[in-house]
Amino acid sequence: MSARTDPAGSSKSWPLADRAMLALCWAAGLLLVAIAAGIVLYMAAKGVQYLRPSLIFSHPVADLDQSKSGGFLDPILGTALIVLGAIGIAAPLGVATAVWLTEYGRPAWLARAVESGVEVLAGTPSIVLALFGLTFFAQQGLGFLSTTGASGAVFGRSLFICCVVLSLEALPLVVGATREGLLATPRHVREASYALGKTRAATIHRVLLPVARPNIATGCALGMGRIAGDTAVVLLLGGGALTLEANGGIPLLGTLKGTGSTLTTYVYANSPSGEGNAPEKAYAAAFLLLLVVLVLNWVVDRIARGSEQLGWIR
Amino acid sequence: MDPLMPPPPIRRIVVDRAPAPVPVPETNGHVVQTITRTKAPAGPERMLADTVTIAYGGKIAVNGVTLPVRQGEVLALIGPSGCGKTTLLRTLNRLTELTPSARREGYIALDGEDIDRLEVTELRRRVAMVFQQPNPFPMSIFDNVAYALREQSRKRPGKSVVQPLVVDALQRAGLYDEVRDDLDRPALRLSGGQQQRLCIARAIATRPEVLLMDEPCSALDPRSTAVIEALIGELRRDLAIVIVTHNLQQAYRVGDRVAFMYLGDLVEYGPTEQVFGEPRAQRTRDYIGGAFG
Repeated sequence: MSARTDPAGSSKSWPLADRAMLALCWAAGLLLVAIAAGIVLYMAAKGVQYLRPSLIFSHPVADLDQSKSGGFLDPILGTALIVLGAIGIAAPLGVATAVWLTEYGRPAWLARAVESGVEVLAGTPSIVLALFGLTFFAQQGLGFLSTTGASGAVFGRSLFICCVVLSLEALPLVVGATREGLLATPRHVREASYALGKTRAATIHRVLLPVARPNIATGCALGMGRIAGDTAVVLLLGGGALTLEANGGIPLLGTLKGTGSTLTTYVYANSPSGEGNAPEKAYAAAFLLLLVVLVLNWVVDRIARGSEQLGWIR
Repeated sequence: MDPLMPPPPIRRIVVDRAPAPVPVPETNGHVVQTITRTKAPAGPERMLADTVTIAYGGKIAVNGVTLPVRQGEVLALIGPSGCGKTTLLRTLNRLTELTPSARREGYIALDGEDIDRLEVTELRRRVAMVFQQPNPFPMSIFDNVAYALREQSRKRPGKSVVQPLVVDALQRAGLYDEVRDDLDRPALRLSGGQQQRLCIARAIATRPEVLLMDEPCSALDPRSTAVIEALIGELRRDLAIVIVTHNLQQAYRVGDRVAFMYLGDLVEYGPTEQVFGEPRAQRTRDYIGGAFG
């Protein structure tokens, strides 16, 4: 067998241009791995150097003396709250949108409009979403969702508003992944359910959503990574505070209505561009954030692998 | 009607051995296989298709077909690809309605009742279907059968109510002995032949009157095919079976009556021995003799 017909064979007999291309592909791949490894190793080295348990468990304090400015307990809690809140909005909405698009999708013009809407959302920079959110939620009637001034001015800023706007960022990922799972389900599996005298609703609920469960989970994990990594929205809508400031007495609702920060805004605030200028703390928080995102990626990978064995005879 | 109640007892039909194997028709040099079949005398008519025409967006797929489906026998629909046999089959449980462009004319009755007057969910519980590809749902073996049994009512029957019915369905499909110890295993881990028998168990769990089979063995190996064919012979005692097949040997082995379709027309319908032995139409003779297909 000659090398030309066997792609796995030796490339020594290939024309020079082909060999050069092959080398280029190898180089590109290796470069990418090197960059990724470089980031992770550099951040790990810095993180190990600066990350202390005391930082994780203490509140941030506004103080020029870095030894007294506290840690980032509040940003960690803020990140968790916003990630869970936003995915809590995006997941049901995204799954419902994907189900409607694949299983109903009529009238066709509406389906096309919804599809483009999701695509536009996916392509919108988060700072634009944040600005839009600010204008929208600063309306008088929506004051019950956000922090307000003493004179009754609605600021349009709260953790809940962050959740709503960030859910728009996660939505296209959930819709895309769920749709993929539904579209990969053979038509005869749906028909098998209809042929048992089941309604469309029962088929979706009992057959299609269980089939798409790994895809939904993947979409949610990707969305959570995206939410955890976003800075602009929290910077604009989080209220500009590093600590969680509840607004009203009810425990969780008050916190959601109040202001706060996430690891991303904490990193920004403590970076040379921010007002804190405490790079050590920024590195420590950034390393923690990187760990969170890496764990989410690992979860996605596990889910994808776990669902591989499942399949119909085609 | 309580969906979990078995329907009224069905009259068992005495089955006797065929006196002698009927000589196999023109073989074109193929190996001649002698098949001993049991003969099922015709029972009452379960379904009737009366001048049924089905068109997909103006293109006629089935053209004025009139055909009875009888209790206790297997009706084999044969014909070359695209002749409309699968379309006709899918019309009997109104599955063609899932295709937006499909239009149907003509009358189809189930036990004398117009199927258009029946609730489509009820019709499909009484006229069950098995597909070309084994398509168990991605749940356990038990849940696959239980899913068929559970009515979509607010109050879902519990496991203890469904259990004996699931076991019974698996037994009738000849699968129970192989899976009795792990009914909680994912159904998609079963072999292809077992998956198809699970699909049959799922289809017959609601005690339907008619079972439609759309080339149920085309994705299976010869051994699994033989098991399914033997099962079809067993099941026809309680059910009317309509099977679409492009495998003439299979039609001959399992069919009590054969309907030959060509380009949407029903060319010939009759007892298997007659259609294969002395076909009346020239086109049937050509098809069975291997002249086209």
